Amino acid sequence: MIVVLVEHSQGVFKKKSLEAVLYASHIAKEMGTGVTAVAMGNVSDSEMQTLGAYGAQKVLHTTDARLDNFSSKAYAKVVVAAAQKESAKVIVGLHDTTGKAVMPRVAARLQAGLVAGAVGYPDLSKGFTVKKNVFSGKAFAFVNITSDTKVISLMPNTFPVVKGEGSATVEQMEAGLSDADFSVKVLEVSKASGSVPLSEAELVVSGGRGLKGPENWYVLEALATELGAATACSRPVADAHWRPHGEHVGQTGGTIRPNLYIAVGISGAIQHLAGVNGSKTIVVINKDPEAPFFKAADYGVLGDAMEIVPKLTEAVKKFKAGQN
Amino acid sequence: MKILVCISQVPDTTAKIAFSDNNTTFNTQGVTFIINPYDEWYALVRALELKESGAATAVHLVTVGKADAEPVIRKALALGGDEAIRIDADSNDPYSIAANIADYAKAHNYDMVLCGKESIDYNNGSVGAMVAELLDMNFLGFAAKIDVAGTTVTVKREIDGGEETDACELPLVISCQKGVAEARIPNMRGIMAARTKPLTVVAGAAITSVTSITGYEMPPAKSGVKMISADNMDELVKLLHTEAKVI
Repeated sequence: MIVVLVEHSQGVFKKKSLEAVLYASHIAKEMGTGVTAVAMGNVSDSEMQTLGAYGAQKVLHTTDARLDNFSSKAYAKVVVAAAQKESAKVIVGLHDTTGKAVMPRVAARLQAGLVAGAVGYPDLSKGFTVKKNVFSGKAFAFVNITSDTKVISLMPNTFPVVKGEGSATVEQMEAGLSDADFSVKVLEVSKASGSVPLSEAELVVSGGRGLKGPENWYVLEALATELGAATACSRPVADAHWRPHGEHVGQTGGTIRPNLYIAVGISGAIQHLAGVNGSKTIVVINKDPEAPFFKAADYGVLGDAMEIVPKLTEAVKKFKAGQN
Repeated sequence: MKILVCISQVPDTTAKIAFSDNNTTFNTQGVTFIINPYDEWYALVRALELKESGAATAVHLVTVGKADAEPVIRKALALGGDEAIRIDADSNDPYSIAANIADYAKAHNYDMVLCGKESIDYNNGSVGAMVAELLDMNFLGFAAKIDVAGTTVTVKREIDGGEETDACELPLVISCQKGVAEARIPNMRGIMAARTKPLTVVAGAAITSVTSITGYEMPPAKSGVKMISADNMDELVKLLHTEAKVI
């Protein structure tokens, strides 16, 4: 059996978790086994049944009011309990802030090999070899897991999410949680509302020093709003506090792989490219024809950002109007 | 409070990444190695600040590697820290690295283990949480602010789609990122002092690696940029829709 950890936001499964279920189901088919999802906290039976349409046959549900606040200890304990209950040989999670705290704990507990940040399916013809990003996106490595149990955390946005047919059965699971698993006290939570989280965004509009100052960001924000995109920035911009550091992408910031990355006024230093070169399509807008980013781009526009970006926003608006 | 800071040595951020032996070995020729930026700028500097403020009594640095990792750990000692430990093992398997660190930490009673959010070479970001599990400690990942009052640690950290502030009693493991501290530059006094600070080499524990890297691959090269006139944004939108199929 393959066990997959699924995350939800206020009772609705996140798209990247549906992607993880599909990923697990692909591996399960190849190994001739099935998929059991592990869900925690306040989520409805009907929502859990929908995981069947992504390839899960069963959902193990652990309800415990204490799980509403994230605890890596408790979450790992639940995943390990599920893996043991299902005699799972493969355990799948996501390479996001939750998965990066939980999956290594699960792997360490089970003395299992972990591939963190997988971007491909395991190659079973070569043991259990999984492709992952290394050197911050400058290369890929093939990692063979040699332990009996295998743990994989999938890089979000690696595979398309397509809904199929089917319904999963839901079963309650007692994980033997104790107060010691919840000894971290959460004092305050602030979540950005409405906007798309950068790590999950399919479209990203990003700005660099070429925009000259934070007061000019409105042109990017208008384009992002029109596209339904998230906003990002380069390191000098975050360092100068023009934008929050959570928006910084690059070698020492976040690594993203959206379908479309529009880079405005970013020269394209190797450290920046490292964080974004997994993007499927890259558009570069820059007034410097020598900007190295053009070499890594699919489409380039030469000129001043403050003139071009509003024109692009208008063109997108026109296109969207034509679509309706 | 005794702090253990995990230090990893990584290729310089500008290093050219290339592979040899039929793409099975990272080619280190001409590559300069540095302290992993997250370990240095954030974990190490915050540990030093905690010692300077009196909250910490000792700051020890640990790295898992062969003798070639020593110049980098000396560089870390030049920034500060009382002593360093090199666990003599050669592995890029996160579990082996974590098990070695946990083994050492268990025997030496640290109250706090700090590491960077990930190393910029293998990008696993796994060692911190693994060490926490092996020591049965709490783990707080992606810290942007760490404060200590008595035995209570308050951590502001990144979570999925936002931020959270947590309070946790010692002992615990924290992975650090931007915001935790400001990078420092070692001064001459620090560099001189680092030469005589104790660097203890301990034998690696008998741990079987559970992963191995079998090969590498470079990302496919882009086929070349298509330039669009600044006056023709309709054309760009059309191409993004019909050719790239991303909108």
